[in-house]
Amino acid sequence: MANDVWVYIEHKDGAVTPMSFELLGIGKTLADGFGSSVCAFVVGEKADDIAKDAFAYGASKVYAVEGAEYKGFRADAYSKAATSLLDKYKPAVALFRATSQGTDVAAASAALLGFGLCTDTIGLAVDGGKMKMTRAAFGGNYTVSVVNEKAIPQIATVRPKAFAMPEKDASKSGEVVKEAFSVAEADLNTKVLEFIQSATAVNLVEADIIVTGGRGVGNEEGFKLIKELADLLGGAVGASRAAVDSGWIPYEHQVGQTGKTVKPKIYIACGVSGAIQHLAGMRTSDCIVAINKDPDAPIFKAATFGIVGDYKQVVPKLVEKFKGKLGR
Amino acid sequence: MKIAVCLKQVPDTEAEIKWDIPSGTLKRDGMDSITNPFDEFALEEALLTRENYDGDIVAISMGPDKAADVLRNALALTVNAVQQVSDPAFAGSDTYATAYVLAQAIKKIGDVDVVFAGKQSTDGNTGVVAAELAAILGWSQLTYVAKVRSIDAAGKKIVVERAIEGGNEVVEAKLPAVVSVIKGINEPRLPNLMGIRKAAKVEIPKWNAGDLGVDAGKVGAAGSCTKVVEIAVPPPRGAGEILKGEIEDIANALTDKLIDLKVIK
Ligand SMILES: Cc1cc2nc3c(=O)[nH]c(=O)nc-3n(C[C@H](O)[C@H](O)[C@H](O)COP(=O)(O)OP(=O)(O)OC[C@H]3O[C@@H](n4cnc5c(N)ncnc54)[C@H](O)[C@@H]3O)c2cc1C
Ligand SMILES: Nc1ncnc2c1ncn2[C@@H]1O[C@H](COP(=O)(O)O)[C@@H](O)[C@H]1O
Repeated sequence: MANDVWVYIEHKDGAVTPMSFELLGIGKTLADGFGSSVCAFVVGEKADDIAKDAFAYGASKVYAVEGAEYKGFRADAYSKAATSLLDKYKPAVALFRATSQGTDVAAASAALLGFGLCTDTIGLAVDGGKMKMTRAAFGGNYTVSVVNEKAIPQIATVRPKAFAMPEKDASKSGEVVKEAFSVAEADLNTKVLEFIQSATAVNLVEADIIVTGGRGVGNEEGFKLIKELADLLGGAVGASRAAVDSGWIPYEHQVGQTGKTVKPKIYIACGVSGAIQHLAGMRTSDCIVAINKDPDAPIFKAATFGIVGDYKQVVPKLVEKFKGKLGR
Repeated sequence: MKIAVCLKQVPDTEAEIKWDIPSGTLKRDGMDSITNPFDEFALEEALLTRENYDGDIVAISMGPDKAADVLRNALALTVNAVQQVSDPAFAGSDTYATAYVLAQAIKKIGDVDVVFAGKQSTDGNTGVVAAELAAILGWSQLTYVAKVRSIDAAGKKIVVERAIEGGNEVVEAKLPAVVSVIKGINEPRLPNLMGIRKAAKVEIPKWNAGDLGVDAGKVGAAGSCTKVVEIAVPPPRGAGEILKGEIEDIANALTDKLIDLKVIK
């Protein structure tokens, strides 16, 4: 229906995680503002299992394109299929997670429809019949709000964890609308040959807890302590550019303007000064803990809790206390 | 092989940012500007590709007169040709308008096998122009590329590694392709003095909207459908609390506070 809010459900070869459904919560809020419904849309080999979860997380309808050519993610195949759905049903809004897949499909779909989009939004609201999309600009020193006056749908990618996860209610169900759309293999540009699992399998973007080391960690050895704390808390290891550039840890761990943008519930920065380019990647974290031996380090201005001290003393103490209190 | 590389001029991150509030655009004059950091990796990858496979590189930048500086820098690094794309009508273009103009320029250059771009610009920060460019051209869309394994211009094939969540995806794609690269793919080289001197003398060729045959309704602030309606300074984070005292007590207090958040499972 016109005015509906659609949420793109990403998956990897058919596998979803609860995070795949994250945007159904804010989607519902927007739909309430428009007086419409929140729907999910999915492109894949098979959509039924994914649809069942989408209903449980609040979708009132699921639109799907199925086909063997959509088994693994390919930007061109998925974007063409997604565009066929958006073009036919013309929802008011289409939301995608600002992950690699979400961004790829959102950008290509917008371009195929001939419109611009707003990426990595951290605020969404209905304003004067349109969706107002707010994003961080310039290292998070400003926020910019944008509306898309002409496009149908208005497309936005949304920073993971910017909005609360909706409740799951497995008793809910709804209608699955399957749309036939196929692309011939010969018309597709890409083929995935293999997937090389990362040795550290970092997924900073999805992590609820991140423990980050900066130049102050001193060397590769120092990161063992950082990792010990992260592992104990079930979190991921982050790094400043200075630590990455020193070769202590691979680039995939870098947080900041030229690394990943993260929004964990707890971010513990150890030996990080808090340069604007680092803050750009983590300042919207819910709770920031800074451990730095320089009381004037700018990171303390962004921190919820600060400890002035040497991380080599503080981190082992935290590990000891957590072990005791958490019984690990 | 014909290689194109898209370079954007961005304000220096350290520079003071000035907004033109009513129009929601940046006041770019008077700010120190640099080549978008990610585009330095794109340019280096173009240079490496030429070294490995032969070919010609053309560097393209869309932006005001001053953006010629980034092309001069590319010339100093020995790209074969540069092309500035500039027209007052382009001012205020959103991502689609930008990608559309770049697509027109790439079509006009003709016979391009591979376009390198950066993952994102540090000012616009949208990270979608390369993907939109690929979609508009109908070319292979290869984003988040951490490694180019091989390019076969004759066989019209490229194999890359894309760094996505959880690991690297190895993708084989048809040429032509748009490849956007991440940091770490290479180590950008610096120009030498002779290169800089030579580049200083070159006249930078420029195409305007008419040269590119762009549809005026699709570009600039007027043609863009995303409009900035508000610029704000985010509320400061609540003044943080510095925990003071003996390390034993501090660690006790902090671990209690963090456990109370009920995030640690
Ligand atoms: C275009 C551009 C893009 C950039 N992108 C990024 C990015 O994506 N991510 C990023 O992080 N940076 C980025 N930077 C770099 C950024 O400007 C800073 O240089 C970098 O973040 C500094 O890292 P750091 O805080 O680890 O190191 P430093 O600034 O050197 O700080 C180290 C800190 O550790 C403290 N310290 C030292 N020893 C100890 C100890 N034993 N215990 C506790 N504390 C200690 C010191 O007091 C100091 O505050 C970028 C820069 C530019 C120009
Ligand atoms: N005006 C421009 N001129 C040339 N290339 C650009 C321009 N804008 C964006 N690009 C390219 O597209 C990439 C992504 O930019 P963005 O989507 O703005 O974050 C950049 O790294 C550049 O390679």
